[in-house]
Amino acid sequence: MKSSRRAFLKLGVAATASTALIPRPAFSQGAAARVVVVGGGFAGASCARALRQADPRIAVTLVEANATFTACPFSNAVIGGLRELTAQQFTYERVAADGIVIARATATAVDAQARSVTLADGARLSYDRLVLAPGIDIRWGALPGYDEAAAAQMPHAWKAGEQTLLLRRQLEAMDDGGLVVISAPANPFRCPPGPYERASLIAHYLKTKKPKSKLLVLDAKDAFSKQRLFQAAWTELYPGLLEWVPLSRGGNVTSVDAATRTLVTDFGRHQAKVANVIPPQKAGRIAEVAGVADRSGWCPIDPVTFESKLQPAIHVIGDAAIAGAMPKSAFAANAQAKTCAAAIARLLAGGTPPSPKLINTCYSLVAPDYGISVAGVYQPSGGQLADVPGSGGVSPTDAPRATRAAEAVLAEAWFRTITGEVFG
Amino acid sequence: MVKVTAAAIGAISIAAAVVASAEPPAGAAACSGCHPASTRVTSPVTRLAGRDQAAIVKAMQDFRSGTRAGTVMDRIAKGFTDEEIQAIAAWYATQK
Repeated sequence: MKSSRRAFLKLGVAATASTALIPRPAFSQGAAARVVVVGGGFAGASCARALRQADPRIAVTLVEANATFTACPFSNAVIGGLRELTAQQFTYERVAADGIVIARATATAVDAQARSVTLADGARLSYDRLVLAPGIDIRWGALPGYDEAAAAQMPHAWKAGEQTLLLRRQLEAMDDGGLVVISAPANPFRCPPGPYERASLIAHYLKTKKPKSKLLVLDAKDAFSKQRLFQAAWTELYPGLLEWVPLSRGGNVTSVDAATRTLVTDFGRHQAKVANVIPPQKAGRIAEVAGVADRSGWCPIDPVTFESKLQPAIHVIGDAAIAGAMPKSAFAANAQAKTCAAAIARLLAGGTPPSPKLINTCYSLVAPDYGISVAGVYQPSGGQLADVPGSGGVSPTDAPRATRAAEAVLAEAWFRTITGEVFG
Repeated sequence: MVKVTAAAIGAISIAAAVVASAEPPAGAAACSGCHPASTRVTSPVTRLAGRDQAAIVKAMQDFRSGTRAGTVMDRIAKGFTDEEIQAIAAWYATQK
């Protein structure tokens, strides 16, 4: 506690620091290089800590509005009643203990020329390198009828926290025999297998607690991550309960009416007892403000350093980045953060970062004792992060149940390991 | 002025050397997503820090060739060359 309090420096002091441009390499000036990281999720918190580990002389400030981080991976198990939200929550005490200054604030502006970040209270933080790890924002209004007020009736639960609990409470309050509808968005979005893991664990809840109910997944796509594995498991575990409707069969939701919990498609209307709308998304707001998001709403980056292709000295990692073949996952965010931190340490020391290699592994639970996975290895190729040919793939389709059970155990182990590394 | 410049160059080269020795080789940093770096984490997945270099190399080669069954490591090992596996194994062998 003591060390974390010490690290919570008064922002007023930082605000008086000079905003003058510092010629690079920063260490040649004798002053500590300053890196500001915006966003304390898997990407940002990992990067802040990896920077200190790569070179303890780097002064790192982590800008994060929330005192507690609520993790999305495994939040579908909270919705399905298998886990409590508190198991998803982490604080920044150990992060601060690494000598990282935690600025409990929202970043509201970035001046890429003056190299400074402005916080909501007006304080300015100067940087030599800025890392933006803002995660996602909901594209309110992109789906007609779905705004912030509608989300209180038809939760998205795509940022873990109160929305997660709201969806769980709605499922718990529903009478047996009700219709639950999930709307899944077009690519790209956070956690590609997430909607289908969620469908699985809601189906598991309904099967065990409300077996006369029905779950409909309305999808804006005709294909999705780990599709064959999910569909085989659904046939085995949830026959007649879970129905997936792809784009080509009228799955694309074109508007919603929150008051009646109605989802409208080109082919018809579905009135749900519980509706989970996973809406279109974009990079977190500060990315747009800083000028690092392109017209897609996401952020193009250099695949070696994760430096923005639109603004100098600003790096973007995690869900907000356009990371080529890498999915928007917590594992990928953590791997990108460590690569980016090593590259920044090199750049600040006047060196050239080497070409990196990154890994992703994502587990999904289809039932509490039934796990499946996708893994990939990535390297820069043609200005993008691309799959290493011949590597990666999903769990075997013909694996025995013992393998599914083992992957469910590994999924939980992964969560403990990664949250231990990032927040522990 | 000359002295200042020399001192500055010295600082740069020391910084580069420190970074180079501590920096994991390509691919190595991602392993700790599943293989715990911390001894405080309970996991059935092996810790890699301080493990014998030859043992890590053999495991990776066996996963890659299919001699050893894995859940995800068979798919991940196929993304690495012999040289990369050697460098990663050598680096982990020196970690605590």
